Amino acid sequence: MRGKGLGVRGYGRAMTQRVILAVSVIGLSPSFVSAQTPLSPPQDVRVFDTPSDGGGSLTMVWSPASDESAATKYQVLLSEGTTVPDPATMKVVAEFPANQRYVREAKWPWWTRPVERDQHQFTLRNGKGIELKDGSSYLITVARVSGDDRAIATPVQATPQPNWINWNQMNNLILALLFGGIVFYSIGIARKREIFLRRIPGLAAVDEAIGRATELGKPILYLTGAHDMHDPSTIAAAIILGRVAKRAAAYETDILVPHRDPITMAVCQEITKQAYLEAGKPDLYKDDSNFFITSDQFSYTAAVDGMMLRKKPAANFFMGSYFAEALLLTETGASTGAIQIAGTDSDHQLPFFVTTCDYTLIGEELYAASAYLSREPVQVGTLRGQDIGKALILGVLGIGTIVATLGALLDAQWPQLFLDLFKDVK
Amino acid sequence: MIFLRRQLPLLVTLITGIVFAAQYYVPHPASEQMLTSATKWLQIIGGFALVLGVSSLFHVHAVKIRRKEAGWGYSFVLYVSMLGTIAVGLWSNGKEAVDGAMTVFGWVYNFMMVPLQGTMFAILALFIASAAYRSFRARSREASVLLIAAVIVMTGRVPLGEYLIPLSGDLSQWILNVLNASVRRAILIGVSLGTVALSIKIVFGLERSYLGGGKE
Repeated sequence: MRGKGLGVRGYGRAMTQRVILAVSVIGLSPSFVSAQTPLSPPQDVRVFDTPSDGGGSLTMVWSPASDESAATKYQVLLSEGTTVPDPATMKVVAEFPANQRYVREAKWPWWTRPVERDQHQFTLRNGKGIELKDGSSYLITVARVSGDDRAIATPVQATPQPNWINWNQMNNLILALLFGGIVFYSIGIARKREIFLRRIPGLAAVDEAIGRATELGKPILYLTGAHDMHDPSTIAAAIILGRVAKRAAAYETDILVPHRDPITMAVCQEITKQAYLEAGKPDLYKDDSNFFITSDQFSYTAAVDGMMLRKKPAANFFMGSYFAEALLLTETGASTGAIQIAGTDSDHQLPFFVTTCDYTLIGEELYAASAYLSREPVQVGTLRGQDIGKALILGVLGIGTIVATLGALLDAQWPQLFLDLFKDVK
Repeated sequence: MIFLRRQLPLLVTLITGIVFAAQYYVPHPASEQMLTSATKWLQIIGGFALVLGVSSLFHVHAVKIRRKEAGWGYSFVLYVSMLGTIAVGLWSNGKEAVDGAMTVFGWVYNFMMVPLQGTMFAILALFIASAAYRSFRARSREASVLLIAAVIVMTGRVPLGEYLIPLSGDLSQWILNVLNASVRRAILIGVSLGTVALSIKIVFGLERSYLGGGKE
């Protein structure tokens, strides 16, 4: 099985015997002895289908040698089929220094780690000259190389397969289910008793803004952001539109909602129509209040800026996700003297909104707006659930910092048991 | 009717919500294939929805022209531009260049659309300057802190500033990497929880106002 490799080793063994003899005679240092020790092949080689992946991948693990260093190397050898006459003829698909590729470097959490952290591991994947077909058998082995000397371990057969569950992400699923449970529990609590909501100035100013538009006899401009309905921030913006449109209908004030996405426009038309119905003013509803402009970023911005300058809306609402157009829109709005309320989860645009708008809903406040404006138990309960979630995350951050510090100070592995639970492992 | 308008969309939302949330935990190629197919379907639906958007655009501006509302001339320009672009687009077979030669459609795009977009983007520089002037006026304690932090970061981010005040480079990095990054992460944690909570409400039908509001 080891063919050529054994030949090299046989020569090495003979040489070693002579060297040991010389050592006993002239008393050379032990390090010289170890340099001439015959190269042993990698031990405890295991090859298996890479767990929790989409297939086309095999993982191999083996024990580290006692004397490995950057001077020696490991070669990964691959062959199709179930038999190979001479392992030395197998294709070398990877080569790396012997003091690299340990299990501890791989992102395996403790509950899926196949071997101890000090073992070597290498994952073979499709691509870069390697083709691993799902369901086909392959022979794989690893060789230890030092200069011209090479020792090859016995090849191991393995078959790559796609997996149905990514066990690495089970912590993510459990945390998501836990958070979902907290949200439902909080909704249940909110249905039984009133929950305090802190004042959010931006939302408290919604009435003021609509009232001002009514007094001036000017319309309200409401934007739902740059994204389409797949983005939660657009959904949140659409939900808030319902509340704003209801109050605008009650005050009999016109509302203009220019859109960048036709589907969002269709959804917002329904929401606005329902808001006018609920306000008892269905006859005031105009289908044209929601209209499409263009999907192009700067064309849309130019159109909305023009609308601000011509129609001079008294109140501008910027809800949802924004990019470079944020400042172009809000600065133009500020120049018209309109009261401006922004709400976004685009953290990169927050400074511009804070600078140019009268009120800004920062991040999660956008998602809290619906609860704040409606005061419905379901909405308020969800908000309380989010707060409990944040408290948990804060606790984990604090405990995690202490545990990780202790782990580093004591050089202990046990903190990883806790830290892996909160790691995003792909 | 109520089934089609309410219960069916809620049922579809529940099923697709659970299936695609589970998809995140399934690495099998079949799961990836399902996601790819759904994404393609969304693109196809988006294409059809564009007809809805364009018809809305035509309708709104047609009404303005018919009623001779204030600024109806802009609507006329829009009509001419859009129909003209569609015409040259069809004539050029949707191609910007043929055998290295620019088509009329390519000319419209390169010499009208691109410069107009560039102009809009260029205005941003002026707006940033005016917005910065407004926010950096030290009228309150918070504004003063903002002003000082901004001056340090601006000084530390340009070679001349770092040459004149060597400490400003490290200080600006510290402000960005420690103070700024920690606050950003706090905001992102809140946003993520808000997103998950909203998704849970929508998937389980607790939030229905996106369907047109109303409780029944």
